[in-house]
Amino acid sequence: MKIIVCVKQVLDTAAQIQIDNGRVVSPGSSRIINPYDEFAIEEAIRIKEKKPDTEITVLSLGPEGFKDSIKKALAMGADKAVHLMDVKFEGLDSYALARVLARSVEKIPYDLILCGRQAVDLDQAQTGPALATFLDIPFVTVVTGVEFSDDFQSAKITRQVEGGIEVRELPLPLLLTCQKGLNEPRLPSLKGIMAAKKKEVLTLSANDLDVETLNMGDNRVIDENLCLPPERKKGIILQGTDEETSGELVRLLREEEKII
Amino acid sequence: MSVDRVLAVVIEHDQGKTKLVSLEVLSAARKLADQISGKVIAFCFNHAANLEAELFIQYGADEVRFLTHPDLQHYIHENYVFALLRELEKSSFDYLLLPATNNGKELSAVISAKLGVGVATDCISLSVSEAGDVEAVRPVSSGKAHSNIRFSGKKPHILSLRPNVFRSPPLSRQGEIVTAEIQLPELSQRVRELVKQVGSELDITEARIVVSGGLGMQGPENFKLLEELAGVLGGAVGASRPVVDNGWRDYSNQVGQTGRTVSPDLYFACGISGAVQHLAGMSSSRCIVAINSDPNAAIFSVADYGIVGDAIKVVPVLTQEFKKIITS
Repeated sequence: MKIIVCVKQVLDTAAQIQIDNGRVVSPGSSRIINPYDEFAIEEAIRIKEKKPDTEITVLSLGPEGFKDSIKKALAMGADKAVHLMDVKFEGLDSYALARVLARSVEKIPYDLILCGRQAVDLDQAQTGPALATFLDIPFVTVVTGVEFSDDFQSAKITRQVEGGIEVRELPLPLLLTCQKGLNEPRLPSLKGIMAAKKKEVLTLSANDLDVETLNMGDNRVIDENLCLPPERKKGIILQGTDEETSGELVRLLREEEKII
Repeated sequence: MSVDRVLAVVIEHDQGKTKLVSLEVLSAARKLADQISGKVIAFCFNHAANLEAELFIQYGADEVRFLTHPDLQHYIHENYVFALLRELEKSSFDYLLLPATNNGKELSAVISAKLGVGVATDCISLSVSEAGDVEAVRPVSSGKAHSNIRFSGKKPHILSLRPNVFRSPPLSRQGEIVTAEIQLPELSQRVRELVKQVGSELDITEARIVVSGGLGMQGPENFKLLEELAGVLGGAVGASRPVVDNGWRDYSNQVGQTGRTVSPDLYFACGISGAVQHLAGMSSSRCIVAINSDPNAAIFSVADYGIVGDAIKVVPVLTQEFKKIITS
């Protein structure tokens, strides 16, 4: 089986964000693999453990710095990587990003595409299903369980919805966006880190992908500028015994906040 | 009335039971429509025209359009997309509004890709510019920052709205109800629906009161204290990441940047220290109560009301106090 795993690099979730000139700056904070993409990488490796003739290709679109995350994915156990890197790719909206990914995927054979359920920076949750739409393959989003048929031609997919789950059976090729609960991502082993150094990373530019011929459209969504959320008003620490503080809290929630 | 703009709203329902967030989306669409002399059309895809059309009108629809087919009883994105695209191609729409649920988010992605139009997911505020265009604010990095969105290019522009944020009371209004049976392509070979299990439990993203516990709850057995409090208040129980990673609670209850973002009216953080990722996932709640034995815990920096104490001791007392006023 041939699996493509889409990987994005994001700011460490532990980072405090600062805004300068309408953009996120966070000097000194490290970059990590988007946490949901780690579930996708892990799932691909688990499939390969069951079906050893599987080949896992990491696909990532981003600047030079993304190489760190690509290396980590290879160290976890992916076989090779395709890195889409070009200044023309900067600031693409999720539509255009999915367009470019779809173009690059035309050059890579696949049976399964795994993505994270969303990137934890832009939180749009659009790229995965948009990519599947451009490739005209079925997809399932927010996946928490994957169970293949014996011949690996179809899979039973469990999906999270608000307040419940859905289970569907679909034939391959297929795109899934992975959610926490699917698996526990492994840490790269020392052996994996050494092996990753020899693995192939193919870098492709806008020119290589002939993106001029793609209908990227103009910017459909203009992100004017970022700002910090409004600060919350200063709170009150209630004093007294547990009975006193609890009683006072209930009164405040009823009389002042009018919630209860 | 001359209509300048047309706003489409897709109603999300679970086997005929309308999701509350759909009423919120209708209210938000109504507020926009009133500013741009717009018309709101509510689309209901179901096996029969059996959803509460009058309610949709009260919340803001000018027209409720039932599109029925036996295969539309359950949400399957392929069927919804097929039916919705046909409607969007029949006449021109300026905006498409959806709930920012797992279903709404995937629908917006496919419609955006098929039509080449812009999309903003999980919006928390909407406004109309001087030129009469809808603009939105959406959180990024789970709310650590806010992004101000404008659209350009082809329409309809797509917005999905975060649950619990756009709530408004119903109004006394008149509207039109239209019903049509539609045709769908055969999907059974391509995608087969097996099971749908929707629990009786309230989802934390839809609950108006969320009671969350952290490592300060000391063990999975103590979460029954939080369930009791949530039970008295009609809320749902959430958890911090370490609690989920310890296996004390299901991952679907995790609040935070690598879990789920919630915006309830009232959020209780019990024995939660307040890691940056957790704060990102809950600090847009209307009112926050923190209960923690460490007076220096970061959670107190976002709390409206704080109690310094052991959550295991405080929560049962609090539950009793709520019982007193709720039953009286």
